[in-house]
Amino acid sequence: MTRKDHKFSSDVMIAGVGGQGTVLASKLLAEAALIDGRLVRTAETIGMAQRGGSVLGHVRMSYQNSDDRGEGVRTQYAKALSSIIMSPLILPGGADLLIGFEPAETVRALEYLSNGGSVVTASRVIAPVSASLGKNTYDGRAEIDYLINCRANGRISKLVIVDGDAACAKLGSLKVLNVVLLGAALALGIINISDQALEEALTKLVKPNYVELNKCALREGRTWI
Amino acid sequence: MSQTFCMGNQAIAYGALRSGVDVVCGYPGTPSSEILQTVANEVKCRQLKNTYVEWSVNEKAALEIAAGASYGGARALVTMKQVGLNVASDALMSLPYLGIKGGLVLVVADDPGPISSQTEQDTRQFAAFAKVPVFDPSTPEEAYLMIQEAFELSERHTTPVIVRPTTRICHGSAAINISLASSESPENKTLGFDRSRDWVIFPKRTYLGHLEIWQRLSQIAKEFDISQFNAIKDTHQSAPSHLGIVAGGISYAYLNDALLGLKNVGAIRLLKIGTPHPFPEDLALQFMEGLSEVLILEELEPVIERELLMLVGKHKLKAKIQGKLTKHATLAGENSIAEITKQVRKFCDLDFFDRGFDKPVAIKGNLEAHAIPELPMRPPVLCAGCPHRASFYAVKRALKGRKAVFSGDIGCYTLGNAAPLNMVDTCLCMGAGFTIPQGLDRVEPDVLHFGFVGDSTFFASGLTGVANAVYNQSNVVLCVLDNSTTAMTGSQPHPGTGMRIGLDSSARDAENALRIPDILKALGVKNVAVVDPFDEDSAVDAVVKAADDPKVSAIVFKSPCITVVKPKSQPHIDANICTNCKLCVREIGCPALIEVNGKIAIDDALCYGCNLCVARCPFDAIRATNQLSGITVTDTKPSSLNSQGSTLEGGTDD
Repeated sequence: MTRKDHKFSSDVMIAGVGGQGTVLASKLLAEAALIDGRLVRTAETIGMAQRGGSVLGHVRMSYQNSDDRGEGVRTQYAKALSSIIMSPLILPGGADLLIGFEPAETVRALEYLSNGGSVVTASRVIAPVSASLGKNTYDGRAEIDYLINCRANGRISKLVIVDGDAACAKLGSLKVLNVVLLGAALALGIINISDQALEEALTKLVKPNYVELNKCALREGRTWI
Repeated sequence: MSQTFCMGNQAIAYGALRSGVDVVCGYPGTPSSEILQTVANEVKCRQLKNTYVEWSVNEKAALEIAAGASYGGARALVTMKQVGLNVASDALMSLPYLGIKGGLVLVVADDPGPISSQTEQDTRQFAAFAKVPVFDPSTPEEAYLMIQEAFELSERHTTPVIVRPTTRICHGSAAINISLASSESPENKTLGFDRSRDWVIFPKRTYLGHLEIWQRLSQIAKEFDISQFNAIKDTHQSAPSHLGIVAGGISYAYLNDALLGLKNVGAIRLLKIGTPHPFPEDLALQFMEGLSEVLILEELEPVIERELLMLVGKHKLKAKIQGKLTKHATLAGENSIAEITKQVRKFCDLDFFDRGFDKPVAIKGNLEAHAIPELPMRPPVLCAGCPHRASFYAVKRALKGRKAVFSGDIGCYTLGNAAPLNMVDTCLCMGAGFTIPQGLDRVEPDVLHFGFVGDSTFFASGLTGVANAVYNQSNVVLCVLDNSTTAMTGSQPHPGTGMRIGLDSSARDAENALRIPDILKALGVKNVAVVDPFDEDSAVDAVVKAADDPKVSAIVFKSPCITVVKPKSQPHIDANICTNCKLCVREIGCPALIEVNGKIAIDDALCYGCNLCVARCPFDAIRATNQLSGITVTDTKPSSLNSQGSTLEGGTDD
């Protein structure tokens, strides 16, 4: 991965609805980047918004390998004071890749995507109660159309739309959407994380009984590219 | 030494364990809850015999217990969120006068934004008010180091010390070289209460103690002048700077990244403040030399800004100080790299397009034709299957047509204020759900006044309100929403559950669980009903009876939170009978009732099978079934920080 002169890290924004498994997705990415020897910072939405509200996961991974592994944390601290990214938050227009778990949330988080950045989004909508109560129906079609237009006009360079229901039905679990989307995101090649590292991260973070299922989900995700 | 990818809160817990902490207490509250949880997990996994951990009943109890442990020579840690310090403040204000023995450190998590809190109060200011030193970390790794230094400082100067991370530090993660070995050797500790020292706070002792505090703080300020957590740095080594920027906490991280992205910044001198009180005055004076303009970057209160203004006055410096007080910085909410980039750019008079990636994009075709669609609002809501929904709905049905005011409290059930329930008219602070209605009742005695308090809140701050209502004969109905957990902050146990942190659920101590109905009766409430909110008829009956009782009465709505029970069989909507009148949605607003192709359907992934919607349908289109819901899989290991603790979090309490 070549370093753009104004960027010091590869930034991935994860957007979804509380309860969709966004936190695990960002933990997996971070752990995999760490296994690949990069410096990582993340920030999660944990709190009231978790109750069915919009949630964002910021994942920032350095381009270079971290060369200070094994050194004391004090050295790491001294380095942090000089030139390494310190903030866990991605700034608007800074993300190289946006992984959206729900169409409206993908569009809502688009302000974080760099011009010409790429998007992986699930097409299945989660309708908030306010939408079910209101007059305007929300089915996600306008949001998906908008994303397609953004690709046409260059705002988005690569766009992958994943039918999460179909993918999850194939795998027999509604809960692996997060890993399916990660699989698709990795296959895009925007973020330089090896499949091997992500599988290793899965083994570390997921209950033993679900590792195989999640590895299948990862492979399923790749087929959507 | 291995690199661990962890949250700031976990890093703080690891740091405290490395300091050999003996006693850890706290009360849950976002964003602080994972600290104590992590300590408990480590104690269990590594079988640490000498570390005691408890969820205390509230923050005041937690701090006093920690103070007692410290009096006995132990190192003690107390964790809470910023509003928790208001509850604990009585103890905190007196503690520095008498001093402590074993290191006593409070971690008080601030919440700029706020993201999950009632206030935007600044614990740095509270530390200055209470006359105790405070650390303000810029990164999780710094928080790991600061907590260790805080214990050393506390013992060196016999004072409580505060470490004040903010949400982005608490819930931000980084790879940190964590050493799990305790650096504190137990042999060095002299445990035991020393009766020869004066631990009684009489006025004379307070006077002398106050003089000691002044002396202590000036000594600590001198130490802070050379602390590794404060630093002066020049962007250009050779060129002299006349511009200076001071930043504290997470704002320093934002400044660092903003400067990485800005070209042609020129010569600026930076000052990082990691110890805002007592202020490292000599270091700041050295920083100010030759500067004509200084920009201050900090969240919440202008703490550093005021210190520098005092410095400028005291030493008759020429420099202009820019910050919140001069409206150069935002007055409320969080800082961000974008905001700080904007401020630095303005401060340094840089061209707006200096930074590469906020140049406008070259869009092909007509942008207006592709206008961004109107996105649905997505406020947080009560979960599908939440028993609070059933409780609120029962009260609403029972009181239909009667004039009533509903006072709520802090927890998940605050979300009952949203449409279509509209059942929370007031919410102020922990415990006020039982006392605000008593005040309203004095003004409008002809109106029904209901108070709603969660089970954990009941123990934390509700008991006083019950006693007051009985003593002063207030005509109110006190409702306890008992879901058997502290739900909003990640399902912590509380005195009513018979569970304690670190115990396996098989070790549940039902015998010693405090029984809420018994407590209400013991406090003098005569009419106490206990109902299952999903038993709709009984629940409505109980509400009507309580409302008609001229004295204080109470209802305990008892049904467990969906996070602690398994889902039941889901109801089914017969699309042939459903007229799509949406009455079910309008009545209970359950997020599992969704619209698919113009018809109401049940979302398999969300429905918990509470069946509250079944009786709402006037056409009997919604029917209970024996079909199990699609929710069967949880993906994260519970041990790697309890999966709920890290994913389901919220305000202080339930």
